[in-house]
Amino acid sequence: MLTVEGLQVTRGRTRVLTDLTLEVGAGEIAALIGSNGAGKTTTLMALSGLLPIAQGTATLRLDGQTFDLTRADPAKLVRAGLVHCPEGRQIFTRLTIEENLRLGAFLNRDEARVRALMDEIYALFPVLRERRHEAAGGLSGGEQMMLAIGRALMGEPRLLLLDEPSLGLAPQVTERIFDTLRDLNAERGVTLLLVEQNAMMALDIAHRGFVIREGRVELAGSGRDLLEDPHVMGAYLGLSA
Amino acid sequence: MSDYAIQQIVNGLSLGSLYALVAIGFSLIYGVIRLVNFAHGDLMMVGAFATFGLIATDHVPWVVLPLLVLVAGFLSGGLVERLAFRSIRGAPMITGFIVTLSVSVALQNLGLILLGAQPRNFSFPAVFRERVALGGIDVAIIDLTIPAVTLLCAVLLTVFVKTTRMGIAMRAVSENTLAARLMGISINRVVLLVFGIGGALAALAGLFWGGKFGQIDPLMGFVPGLKAFVATIIGGVGSLPGAILGGYILGFAEVAFVGFLPAAYAGYRDAFVFGLLILILLVRPSGLFGSTEEERA
Repeated sequence: MLTVEGLQVTRGRTRVLTDLTLEVGAGEIAALIGSNGAGKTTTLMALSGLLPIAQGTATLRLDGQTFDLTRADPAKLVRAGLVHCPEGRQIFTRLTIEENLRLGAFLNRDEARVRALMDEIYALFPVLRERRHEAAGGLSGGEQMMLAIGRALMGEPRLLLLDEPSLGLAPQVTERIFDTLRDLNAERGVTLLLVEQNAMMALDIAHRGFVIREGRVELAGSGRDLLEDPHVMGAYLGLSA
Repeated sequence: MSDYAIQQIVNGLSLGSLYALVAIGFSLIYGVIRLVNFAHGDLMMVGAFATFGLIATDHVPWVVLPLLVLVAGFLSGGLVERLAFRSIRGAPMITGFIVTLSVSVALQNLGLILLGAQPRNFSFPAVFRERVALGGIDVAIIDLTIPAVTLLCAVLLTVFVKTTRMGIAMRAVSENTLAARLMGISINRVVLLVFGIGGALAALAGLFWGGKFGQIDPLMGFVPGLKAFVATIIGGVGSLPGAILGGYILGFAEVAFVGFLPAAYAGYRDAFVFGLLILILLVRPSGLFGSTEEERA
């Protein structure tokens, strides 16, 4: 579904991605792990059209259609089914929960469909329905994450890029979020590309994992293999081999 | 209440409405792209001369004229954004000051070249100058029309911003541009729309300005533009109700200075207006409605 080859991205004067190659198959959960500054967030930002790509190819294949991600703006990609749920959640704190969700489907002009999608999100996260007319800034961290995921789902993603869903959340809340992600993948067939600091949880639900270091993929394999790899355990899971 | 006081209140409402109309656009623009647009007041001049030109053709019915002026203002606002401000989006604030001041000077000089420095008399229909009795005093119809139309515009704009898809998108861009882009919102289109709306309201203020004071000239927009800036700051930059309230506070204050102080001081009204600004900012540094997080620009 997603093929990335030799991707190079520069931010400021620093070449953050030096030569990134990865592939995500339809229906998979893929996890991108690595230490701070390795280029995980940059990868997602480049793929969703927020950062210019200096070199390399990135292609999204969906239902026989091919989209070139190297020269596309976010709106075009959202239309194609690629939705990015960014680092730090980035919900609109001064807008109501319902307005946040409405914006997730900004490009969808079919009001009845938008309504139906919203009801699905409310069924998934009932707390959002209870507080739908309140400003989103009043939500707790976990609820904000639910809103961020709900808002992303309003765009009816086929490929969802998720940046650090566990950031700043209590362990039980993180678990709940990861359960939801696993369900989304299993039941709705949403393909996930997940960036995580919490490598163990990410690899646990991932079919495929990539360890990024200094802007390139250092190690790739199934989630299980990487979890059992002594080098990965030592370097990224905080366990000694 | 004395008749004199009522007369002053009507004056304050009418003048305050003009400042509010200009301040709304000023505040919207700042809210969405953090640009302090010193050229905004000059769109009022553009609107005044558009009205002047349309009256001169003698073919435009009076009901249609304000609508055409709104369109002219919308297009001018959008054009200025597209030509001058798009390329400096995201640049440091000082760049914005310089470029918007340059555009202001350019618009004024364009006006001087095309129209000449001579003030023009504004032949607004006589009906607006007629006076009606209101609680024992006579009030010019224009001084009632201005607040009524301003109120209507404020209500329509609020409904637009609160309930429509583009209105919600506007607020989203104003809070978080990056996240707005990820929703598929075209920032360029939203910014263009904001400048268009601001330009339309400023142009309408220009029409009313001409109707109220009877004379227009190419430099007429600058000082009211500065005052709208003051009104915006009083209300809290980026807040729509704040901008409107700020406009009225300023209008009333100015009328009060002129009306209730000895005549010898009337010439210093602008000094009083800016003095008031300093006073309010000393007490409430982010304005009456502004939140401290607005300062992140």
